[in-house]
Amino acid sequence: MKTAKPTQAALGGLLNRRSFLLSGLSLTSAISLPTFANSNTGTEKLADDLPIWMKTPGVNDIGYGLPVKYEEHIKRTLAATTPETSLFSIWHSPLQNQRGMITPSGLHFSVNHNGIPDIDPTKHQLIIHGLVDKPLKFDMESLMRYPIVSNIHFLECAGNTAPNAVSLTALDQNCQELFGQVSGSEWSGIPLKYLLKEAGIKPSAKWVIAEGADGGSHSRSIPLDKLLDDAIIALYQNGERIRPSQGYPMRLFVPGWEGNANVKWLHRLEVTDKPAFTKDESGLYSDILADGKIERFSFHMDVKSVITHPSGQQVLPDKKGFYEISGLAWSGYGKIKHVEVSADGGKTWAKAHLEQPALSKSLTRFTIPWQWNGHSSTLLSRATDEYGRIQPTRDVWRDKYASYSFNHYNAIQAWQISSDGRVENTYV
Amino acid sequence: MFKFLTKKLVVIYFSALNLLTAEVYAETTKEVIADKFKIETFNFGELITEEEIAPYDITIFPSGKNLPTGQGSVKQGRQLYGTQCAMCHGDSGIEGPAARLAGSDGWFAFNDPLRILRIDKYPILLISVGSLWPQATSILDYIRRAMPHYAPKSLTNNESYALTAYILNLNNLIDDDAVLDQNNILLVSMPAKERNFISPILEGM
Repeated sequence: MKTAKPTQAALGGLLNRRSFLLSGLSLTSAISLPTFANSNTGTEKLADDLPIWMKTPGVNDIGYGLPVKYEEHIKRTLAATTPETSLFSIWHSPLQNQRGMITPSGLHFSVNHNGIPDIDPTKHQLIIHGLVDKPLKFDMESLMRYPIVSNIHFLECAGNTAPNAVSLTALDQNCQELFGQVSGSEWSGIPLKYLLKEAGIKPSAKWVIAEGADGGSHSRSIPLDKLLDDAIIALYQNGERIRPSQGYPMRLFVPGWEGNANVKWLHRLEVTDKPAFTKDESGLYSDILADGKIERFSFHMDVKSVITHPSGQQVLPDKKGFYEISGLAWSGYGKIKHVEVSADGGKTWAKAHLEQPALSKSLTRFTIPWQWNGHSSTLLSRATDEYGRIQPTRDVWRDKYASYSFNHYNAIQAWQISSDGRVENTYV
Repeated sequence: MFKFLTKKLVVIYFSALNLLTAEVYAETTKEVIADKFKIETFNFGELITEEEIAPYDITIFPSGKNLPTGQGSVKQGRQLYGTQCAMCHGDSGIEGPAARLAGSDGWFAFNDPLRILRIDKYPILLISVGSLWPQATSILDYIRRAMPHYAPKSLTNNESYALTAYILNLNNLIDDDAVLDQNNILLVSMPAKERNFISPILEGM
């Protein structure tokens, strides 16, 4: 066994990953081998000392697999700030219980402004009209004949982490409550450029009004250039047809842009020269600046990160010792270039390891080994994307916006760890 | 095996596109094929007539495009509001729990540092239709397509105009005896319009 000591990457116990892996740092003090008694009576059965599941046959599998009953408590939760009498609901994903970069479809966050419709796919049509040469309609059968592309992308609600944007004091909330409106999936569908080119776009066209077939006919104005760039009509999520709460039978997917613009239950694309100023782009999804000006169509979700392990309201099981810090970073502009972690409230920083692949406009998992000394500590993460966009401090972010403007909050997140191991949301 | 499958796929594409004479490379991808042979359209869509589009063509634009014919008064709107809207939006359009309809950014001044403390239950209600929406046409559009929440699209055009008129009146933007129609709705000046700007990030898109 190598005996080299892991080297320090930053103060507060952050370790250099390479040296940590080479050091063979022992997590258990000793390994004891089982001893076998040598008895010769001949009456012993293997079953005597084994757990029940090793000596009974298992059950058969089922047509569509389900999570194990022991993990049933890991669920999305309904945001408490959602008016209960309304069909407007916000469901948060349990990021603190997940690893890797893909969110299981059933745990993907969901925001519904007018409930989830039950759409018969055999009667659903997608219409393209407006400033086009040929207005077109597509049924599911014809759409299924187009080439399908698949990409892994994050999706984030513009209002994710809103409590930290507007609350004057850091609320004692967990990672799910504060960050659960972001998720990552593989989305498969038809590049929208194929359909728009088929309809023939008129030269005066600049915007497209995308509309859902839900009761509220959710509607957003999207710049045409984005739709000709990397937008798809998403038909599949993580290999299966998208679920009702994600827009079955189809949704618009505009990578890197706020969730609300990824119109679910998509049934109509109206090509126009100007935006429509629909309900959501007139109100809730606007950003109010510090001087009172109102920014419209701020679609991009900026570079952001959060440590998911450990995170808010968790309790570290041991007073001190080794922990792997793990979290997620993403940018609506492109790839994550690096993530820095601090264990001393931002005085010193160390670069975290990025799990591969680190894809464009995708959740990127970062990790860093940490030897906690048992004292009160503050953990921070700070992501930078390939264009050099870097997360601001909370003060810098808040200086830009009115005190109650809560969309597109992407400031550096801090978790306070008290000496008893409890993790709590905090401001630095 | 893989090469064989790819070749087969390529043949299927070209059969579909009547481009059988094209040169085929087993290792090319779908994107490359589309670009190489200038395949811009697949033509699986079907022409749709104006008559078929009409029932779905409901978006009302700030220019006045698609405004339905109709009219409604503030008084009619007030009455309708009491029976169809108040249970979610509150008696005076500010209590919630559904979105706030009236008030300066939802009642308190936008630069009041303690605003967020004034409403702790539903912070989303700190913004309002009257203060944040830049176009009166958007109010009519949304009421007509989505309200009331439990029975969307059930209002007549006249009722939608009346409710729009009442919300504008709640925000002191039109008089108590005003009657709103497809012509004068375009004359309503929303206070948010002057504060409006389009995200500079979209420049050059």
